[in-house]
Amino acid sequence: MNLETIKSELEAAVPGCRLELVANPSPSGQHSLRIDAAHAVAVAVCLRDAPGLRFDLCSNVTGIDWPGKQTTEKVKLRKLVDGTQQEVEELRTTTTPGSLEVVYHLFSIEKKHGPIVLRMSTQDRDANAHLPSLTPVWRSAELQEREIFDLFGVVFDGHPDLRRLLMWDEFVDHPMRRDYVGPDDYEYEPTAHDEVLRRANQHLSEAAAKLPSEAVGNQQSETDGNRLSEGGGR
Amino acid sequence: MITDASPAAQPELEPLSETSEEQLLEIAMGPQHPSTHGVFRMNVVLDGEHVVRLKPVFGYLHRNHEKIAESETYLGSMPYTDRLDYMCPITNNWAYALAVEKLAGIQVPERAEYLRVIVGELTRLQNHACLIGFLMQDMGSSGTPLMYAFREREKILDLFESLTGARMMCNYMRFGGCRVDMPAGWLEQAQNVVREFPRFLDEYENLLVSNEILMERTQGVGVLSKELAINAGMSGPMARASGVNYDIRKVDKYSIYERFAFRVPLGAHGDVYDRYMIRFLEMRESLKILNEAMRDIPAGPIVDPKMRIRGFRPKPGEAYGRIESPKGELGFYLISNGSLNPYRYRVRPPSLINLTVLEDLCIGQNVADVVAILGSVDIVLGEVDR
Amino acid sequence: MDEKLKNELSRQGIFTTSLQELYNWGRTSSLWPLNFGLACCAIEMIATTMARYDMARFGAEVFRPSPRQADLMIVAGTVTKKMAPQVVRLYNQMPEPKYVISMGACAISGGPFKQGYNVLKGIDRYIPVDIYIPGCPPRPEALLDAFMELQKRIDRQQLTGADRPRHLNADEPSEFPVPRFGAHDLEPANNPNVWKAPLVQISQTGTSQTVLPQAGTDESRNN
Ligand code: SF4
Repeated sequence: MNLETIKSELEAAVPGCRLELVANPSPSGQHSLRIDAAHAVAVAVCLRDAPGLRFDLCSNVTGIDWPGKQTTEKVKLRKLVDGTQQEVEELRTTTTPGSLEVVYHLFSIEKKHGPIVLRMSTQDRDANAHLPSLTPVWRSAELQEREIFDLFGVVFDGHPDLRRLLMWDEFVDHPMRRDYVGPDDYEYEPTAHDEVLRRANQHLSEAAAKLPSEAVGNQQSETDGNRLSEGGGR
Repeated sequence: MITDASPAAQPELEPLSETSEEQLLEIAMGPQHPSTHGVFRMNVVLDGEHVVRLKPVFGYLHRNHEKIAESETYLGSMPYTDRLDYMCPITNNWAYALAVEKLAGIQVPERAEYLRVIVGELTRLQNHACLIGFLMQDMGSSGTPLMYAFREREKILDLFESLTGARMMCNYMRFGGCRVDMPAGWLEQAQNVVREFPRFLDEYENLLVSNEILMERTQGVGVLSKELAINAGMSGPMARASGVNYDIRKVDKYSIYERFAFRVPLGAHGDVYDRYMIRFLEMRESLKILNEAMRDIPAGPIVDPKMRIRGFRPKPGEAYGRIESPKGELGFYLISNGSLNPYRYRVRPPSLINLTVLEDLCIGQNVADVVAILGSVDIVLGEVDR
Repeated sequence: MDEKLKNELSRQGIFTTSLQELYNWGRTSSLWPLNFGLACCAIEMIATTMARYDMARFGAEVFRPSPRQADLMIVAGTVTKKMAPQVVRLYNQMPEPKYVISMGACAISGGPFKQGYNVLKGIDRYIPVDIYIPGCPPRPEALLDAFMELQKRIDRQQLTGADRPRHLNADEPSEFPVPRFGAHDLEPANNPNVWKAPLVQISQTGTSQTVLPQAGTDESRNN
């Protein structure tokens, strides 16, 4: 089914909704439709019930974290320095706020077509990480939205039972976010991934600092040799 | 707007008796319970023998597969997929390979497709046979059916072992094909197993299908309506037992399933008995596919020769690939940003989503039926919690 | 009693034994495992009890669903942090003498999932382990081997003396503290009486040597 026609059909059915086609450059050709949070439920109901669409199976719901970026650029400015106009170079950092995105994959059991991909984004990753829940439209989103709430921290307004799904209730972090730092609870990691390596090395030096003095001497004499070679392994 | 948006909501149940809230008994079944298929937990609120509320608790086997995959190379995640649904590792491999092939636009040679179908359907056979055994075990027939199922399973695992080198964690698929070709004599061995399998099925069916106690305990228990099944995203045998005609092998026509003549069995009642009979019928259909595939398998390469394993970087983009795994729709959603690791790696777990309706199925049933209902859903915790 | 005399007597049809031998023989031949599977390895554990591998040959086919009736815990699979408190609790509920087999890479160290934030890096951080079986998953034969090894160990146990087993030593703990759920991790992250962090020395070539300082309680138990 053509996404363009779906888009125009939805725009006709849900007045005021803002839809945007998001192209997908990969050979899979699964382009997606970005919907705005305010009209999300109406759009979803239309997708499910409109006789030509009938996307009655919401198969997959998932979250994606897009952390904010800091870009630094040099800008030339004219300024008054010591009473004269001069051209000065300044570093200016711009911070784009990140967002959390939720993706829904819809199929139609009745018409046997699909998938169509819906995307919604939050305004930022902290206080305004709210999105409307589509669980009232498709029950299948219930557990998956809970999982996204747990692991990404998106709050779904209108979800009947929004609790953590996988982690325990006392847990405060959202581990699937890209900037999550897990507890330092392993002693040595044989996998040669850069991040893991860095943590293993850091752990080693911390352990060395805690050792009694003679052991430290022993260890430190080999300090350089003790380090795993970065990027080795694979 | 929201109220009319849920046509499939269950009707309010009549209170079963005049029990007050204090008289209700809340018990935790699991995470260590002999019939929760692993470390699954249900907080069940009981009024005498009847279930009033049931809250599943997840996460006791949350192994952070998705997070780990973000720092692994694409191929590096392949062995992890084995460990998702550890009863059927090969179909997990397949779903992941399929998603990556969609993401990067890779073609699979003919022979590899046949190999995939053969091992995939063998996996379905052993999964369904064991599931029925486990279900019987949960309902109290300790031993015999499960023993029979595992006896057959060992034969199929022997095939896997001689093909891939491992009994359970096969790690068999590669992007664009399979890892190894069959060793000499494997096909004959496999044909033998497939030829013998109907004998086992007949024996198994004789033992169980018309068993009085089994029918008493399963018919009319845990009925799932067709509307709810669709709205709650049920897939696989669970949905088909409720009469939803949706088999991804037929709908997506992925791989080469178009070439085989097989039917999709459907249930009429959506109860535990139907869910369990569906598995018998599906095994018979799988045997048909297997016979055809083993007869027709062509010679040729088993992996796309242009495929690079080292430094495999798909172009930026995303893809969702899914297959009909024995449990239901197993999908992988991948986002590539052009680097060696996927930016986002998501598993669509059929076991988890099939549990959405667990409470609806159990309310009003006896507590002893809860294990039968859970058993008929067919979950594997590695996939539920990932 | 002198070995020669014993043999002589048994040839005459007189069976002699010591209390220790009888006691150990009884325990060795009817180890009842706890019916407790965690992940993939549990499937291999089930396969071990089934017809082909038949664990019943070792007197251990009776898997007890209740920890009160079991004396062997096979930790078969990944122990997640969410699950770890329950595992410790189950262990505490088992009566002495009790043994633990740590089956599979995950139960030993976290295995393939070691980088996971919710994965416990080895059950030996909270409870003492008697036998480790490497493998992912270990084959049923490996579990049987571990089983026989455990039986041999029980056979060798002295009922008296300094290195008598833990359950005969009133000073040794039989219950271990259950960790609590914290805001970021389990609290405490390990039990220092049971587990000490290994000291790792890594050379440039990538080969590593691990020096394992054993916790005192563990060492005396294992003899
Ligand atoms: S060691 Fe391997 S097979 Fe065993 S539980 Fe861990 S991942 Fe699964």
